Amino acid sequence: MLAVGLNHYLILSAILFCLGLFSVVTKKNAVTVLMGVELILNAANINFIAFAKYVDNDLDGQMIALFVIVTAAAAAAVALAIVLNIYQRLKSINLDEADSLAG
Amino acid sequence: MITNAILILLLPLFAFVVQIFIGKRLPRQGDWLPTGAIICSFLLALPIFFDALSNYEAGHVVVQQSWEWLRFGNLEITFGIYVDNLTSIMLIVVTLISSLVHIYSIGYMQGDERYSRYFAYLCLFSFAMLGLVLVDNFFGIYCFWELVGLGSYLLIGFWFEKKSASDASKKAFITNRVGDVGMFAGIMIIFSTLGVFGFTDVFTKIADGGLSGTMLTVTGILIFFGAIGKSAQFPLHVWLPDAMEGPTPVSALIHAATMVAAGVYMVGRTFVIYTEDALLFIAIIGTITAFMAATIAIVQKDIKRVLAYSTISQLGYMMVGLGTGGYTAGLFHLTTHAFFKALLFLGSGSVIHAVHSQDMDDMGGLRKKMPITFWTFLIGTLALSGVPPFSGFWSKDAILASALEFGMNHSAYMWIFVAMLLSAGITAFYMFRLIFMTFTGQAKDQKKFDHAHESPFTMTLPLVVLAVLSVGTIWWGWIEHLLAKPELATYATVAVGAVEHSAEHGNAHLAHTIALFSSIAVAGSGILLAAVVYHWKKISAEAWGSKLKPVYNLLWNKYYFDEMYEATVIRATLWKSRIFAAFDVKIIDGFVNGIATVTSKFASLQGAIDRVGVDGMVNGVARVVGVFSNRLRTIQTGKIQTYILMALFAVLILFVLQQF
Repeated sequence: MLAVGLNHYLILSAILFCLGLFSVVTKKNAVTVLMGVELILNAANINFIAFAKYVDNDLDGQMIALFVIVTAAAAAAVALAIVLNIYQRLKSINLDEADSLAG
Repeated sequence: MITNAILILLLPLFAFVVQIFIGKRLPRQGDWLPTGAIICSFLLALPIFFDALSNYEAGHVVVQQSWEWLRFGNLEITFGIYVDNLTSIMLIVVTLISSLVHIYSIGYMQGDERYSRYFAYLCLFSFAMLGLVLVDNFFGIYCFWELVGLGSYLLIGFWFEKKSASDASKKAFITNRVGDVGMFAGIMIIFSTLGVFGFTDVFTKIADGGLSGTMLTVTGILIFFGAIGKSAQFPLHVWLPDAMEGPTPVSALIHAATMVAAGVYMVGRTFVIYTEDALLFIAIIGTITAFMAATIAIVQKDIKRVLAYSTISQLGYMMVGLGTGGYTAGLFHLTTHAFFKALLFLGSGSVIHAVHSQDMDDMGGLRKKMPITFWTFLIGTLALSGVPPFSGFWSKDAILASALEFGMNHSAYMWIFVAMLLSAGITAFYMFRLIFMTFTGQAKDQKKFDHAHESPFTMTLPLVVLAVLSVGTIWWGWIEHLLAKPELATYATVAVGAVEHSAEHGNAHLAHTIALFSSIAVAGSGILLAAVVYHWKKISAEAWGSKLKPVYNLLWNKYYFDEMYEATVIRATLWKSRIFAAFDVKIIDGFVNGIATVTSKFASLQGAIDRVGVDGMVNGVARVVGVFSNRLRTIQTGKIQTYILMALFAVLILFVLQQF
């Protein structure tokens, strides 16, 4: 029986990070991109908690994970508001069309 | 007295300055201002003259004062006023004749285009002439010497629209310069050996032997060169006849009475520095001049030219007077000549004004039309011919006596007296020829004769005044005391033998008697001959003229002096000028142009380097940056996901790099 160790958590976190990154990079829908960002953040949270459990064995990691969840929620709220504004202006939430800053 | 002397000098200067700038806007074009100024000068000169007259021992000095003018280190040049007997009489001559000429000009120049400027010039000349006689040193006399030359130049060329007038003014100025160079050299010799300019200082130092022998002779002759130019002596006399292109009152003032006499005045002023050799030189030049000019005057047809040659001849007389030791005689003749020659010129101006011609062939019979002019002119002619009791007789007689005395003491130079006596006869002849051709007989040009009329009051008044002054008796008894001969500075060191002295004295008495009778005789025969030829017409002038064709031609062409100068000096000068001009154009200009070409070539090379090299480098950098920027800007897509992707690759690269 394979014991669940630190490596497993880190691999899970890496997979999750990659998936998140993939969706951030490839998706055209702004909301989907935001969802990818949430995946990346959560990958980071898993790392915090894993390291807290296997390396330090205290609750600092969990504390920071909670902060991350809160700031992620706040960030998501701000980001969604921006997306709404973009929609109002462009009648679209397609990121490829929001390129008026292009050089 | 010093105030008088300064005012005499400054009044005409002031009038000139006002007249030249605002004369045209003054009432009557300002003619009253210079006239008034010069009359005031005359009135101021009277007290000076009477002071000299009442103390007339030799060497009396009325005013002497000088001020420091320039100072270079130890060299100090003073400028001052020196009035002795000679100056006082010159002041009267200059201011009186100048006043009369100013008054005369009011009538003569009426309606001239540059009426106002004429008076300004006349006044400038008067100022310069007064300065010339008042100044107390060689340096100052040279300055004023040139200023009178300038006045003469401006007035000869007054009608400069006429080419002959502007040519004549240039000729006068340049010819005078030739003589002035000699004078300048003489003054420089004096200054470099003695270190002073003032007359009194120079005379004292020469008497002390500061400058003597040959060097002193050379100095005297060089200074006399100035007089040769200014007083129209042989061989620089050629300018004076041409100077008659100026207005006639100018001829009277400048070219008869004052400026041409300045040379004689200067010789008189510096008389004590001349050695016997220098005086002999002066006498010989004077003799040649007097005889040559008198013979030329016989054949001239232009009334003013006759008078011009007569002036040259009389100036020669004055020089002979001075040169043969007759200081008093020469300067006396200068004074009397100034008055009667001014009278003759103003009279001829009156005639010219009436008939609008200067050619005697257009005149004749004017006696009845112009009585005042005729009678005053006749008085002037008698004075010039040397008929007693008119003034010219006394002064010319004194010169002849002086020449004869010189001839008796140095028998090798008896010919001077003979030539002078002959010239006196010729003078009487040509002057009466002029009278007969102009005033008596039949009118040759009826139209001009009918048009002729007596001149206005302003013109006849000066004639009458001058005619009165040409009567000899008013000069009697005082002039020889006023102009007593100073001792030669060179004699002061040489004791003159008492025996020789008394012998000379005896000669002097004899000489005076002979000169008196012979001069009356030649003047009478000259007049008689003129009357026979031109009045009674017993001898035909034309027939004799064609019989003596070569002589006539020689005289008519004035001994070919102008042609000779044309062929030698003028041609040589032009030739030299052309060579210099060619040198200038080819070599100097070529050199300058060459430098310019090289510089411009070099500049364009530098320009090219600048454009291609320096600018190219700067532009190249800019272009390279531009090209790269253009490439790089394509990655700035503005798409957030591209950026993230790049960040990801960057992190991956960093990872990979970290592994090594």
